[in-house]
Amino acid sequence: MTCALEINDLHKTYRNGLVALDGINLYVEQGDFFALLGPNGAGKSTVIGIITSLINKTSGKAIIYGNDIDTSFAKAKAFIGVLPQEYNFNVWEPIEEILVNQAGYYGIERHEAFNRAEHWLKKLGLWEKRRDIARNLSGGMKRRMMIARALMHNPKLLILDEPTAGVDIENRRTMWKFLVELNRQGTTIILTTHYLEEAENLCRNIAIIDKGKVIEHTSTRELINRLGSETFVLDIKQPLSKAPILNCHAVRLIDEHTLEVDVDKHTGISNLFNELTPLGIDVQSMRNKTNRLEQLFLKMVDEGHAA
Amino acid sequence: MNASQQWIALRTIIIKEFLRFIRIWKQTVLPPMITTGLYFIIFGNLIGERIGEMEGYRYIDFIVPGLILMAVITQSYANTVSSFYMAKFQRNIEEMMVSPTPNYIIVLGYTGGGIARGLIVGVAVTTVSMIFTQLNIHNIAVLLSIVTLTATLFSLAGIINAIYAKTFDDISIIPTFILTPLTYLGGIFYSITLLPNFWQNVSLANPILYMINAFRYGFIGVSDINLSISYSIIIAFIIALYLFCLRLLNKGVGIRS
Repeated sequence: MTCALEINDLHKTYRNGLVALDGINLYVEQGDFFALLGPNGAGKSTVIGIITSLINKTSGKAIIYGNDIDTSFAKAKAFIGVLPQEYNFNVWEPIEEILVNQAGYYGIERHEAFNRAEHWLKKLGLWEKRRDIARNLSGGMKRRMMIARALMHNPKLLILDEPTAGVDIENRRTMWKFLVELNRQGTTIILTTHYLEEAENLCRNIAIIDKGKVIEHTSTRELINRLGSETFVLDIKQPLSKAPILNCHAVRLIDEHTLEVDVDKHTGISNLFNELTPLGIDVQSMRNKTNRLEQLFLKMVDEGHAA
Repeated sequence: MNASQQWIALRTIIIKEFLRFIRIWKQTVLPPMITTGLYFIIFGNLIGERIGEMEGYRYIDFIVPGLILMAVITQSYANTVSSFYMAKFQRNIEEMMVSPTPNYIIVLGYTGGGIARGLIVGVAVTTVSMIFTQLNIHNIAVLLSIVTLTATLFSLAGIINAIYAKTFDDISIIPTFILTPLTYLGGIFYSITLLPNFWQNVSLANPILYMINAFRYGFIGVSDINLSISYSIIIAFIIALYLFCLRLLNKGVGIRS
């Protein structure tokens, strides 16, 4: 089956000499929910810019649903819907007009464009605001409006560059639900995010970019399986003056009611409780210190920087 | 994108541009009506009465075509330069860039918007002029073709200015320091036959002179310039500016990094 996106040896050097991409290779299968991760300035937005024609590449190939951007960019573009990181709409235009115009740029008739605008605005909870100028929308609404705009031509590949940046937790979860549903219906989604919980929950495959190179390209499950140990924070009932000594786990006392424990993946959590109970330590609640993917991500990027 | 989809995209850009300047008609349509009305009062009625005739016509009748065309020139230019620059500034130009709409449709769409504003303001200013004098039309075909071609030419010029503009200052420098002087020296208020030979020849290097004279011919049947030369120059400029515009967009100048 043709890949939704295939990138081979993509290079980008800006006029000021900055090497943003240093030979990127990526492939995203049709129907995938794919995370493109990396620290700020790693090159994620440059990749998106190149495949959406907003940035000129220096060299390399990008193929979208079988269409090479060098030879059939217009065809390739018809497959893509994009939500950029920054707001990029006319703030003085009513949002329904923004959507209808966007459909027009893809050759969709005006009456059909109005129908589609109604569909997506209702779906994303913006129908009541359709006559408002974009400037008057809240941050979360602006993001949703941009998602609706990206979907006006029913793209097969939806690229979301930090879609939930600055969005409150409730709106973020609503957006996640919406995106999962969209992916289930067959839309391939590529997501960049700094919320690694988002990537872990939503994405089946992941690529991590750092300093213009892909340092990891695998499935989310495979990546998380590589995590050797997890750190848990335990809230304990009785106050402690010093950290207990356990056989299989490293323990640190954070304060008299909080312990931090490293749990080896092979040892497991039940073993931890087997050791704590005889010592009379009653655990009230526990949580991961950091998101699992975040732990891995930081480790990989740190290793990359140290190298 | 097939031809019918391209047609839809073109229509979309023109409608968007039309609605944009109509929404702010107090900034786009009303001011040129007032400014030109003042020209008619001051130069047409007050001073014009003392000047007497120009080329055998009342002074106000002589200057009306030039004043109408001046409004068309400034407004068609202003429309594309401000709209395209704002689209760059707010980054909503990306809405078109990421779509399959070809660059030539983007150029034609913005040009269409500029022509629409130029013509609407032209009609509005002509209506105002009818308060001050009775207009005679010598050749309607020349009149309509010249006003449309002129609006086209300056709409394209506005896009080029906007493509290169990096700040808001950059979009006002050319209208202020180049366009306005060329328009005033393009024979709106006088016939170049009044000038010494040397300045007559210098005036011939001003492309706006050819437009104003051809347009005046459409109204009163008098022109300092041969009509076919006027048409040739205007069309040559349009082709050159259109191709240049397209080249800039294809290269992504001022838009893509």
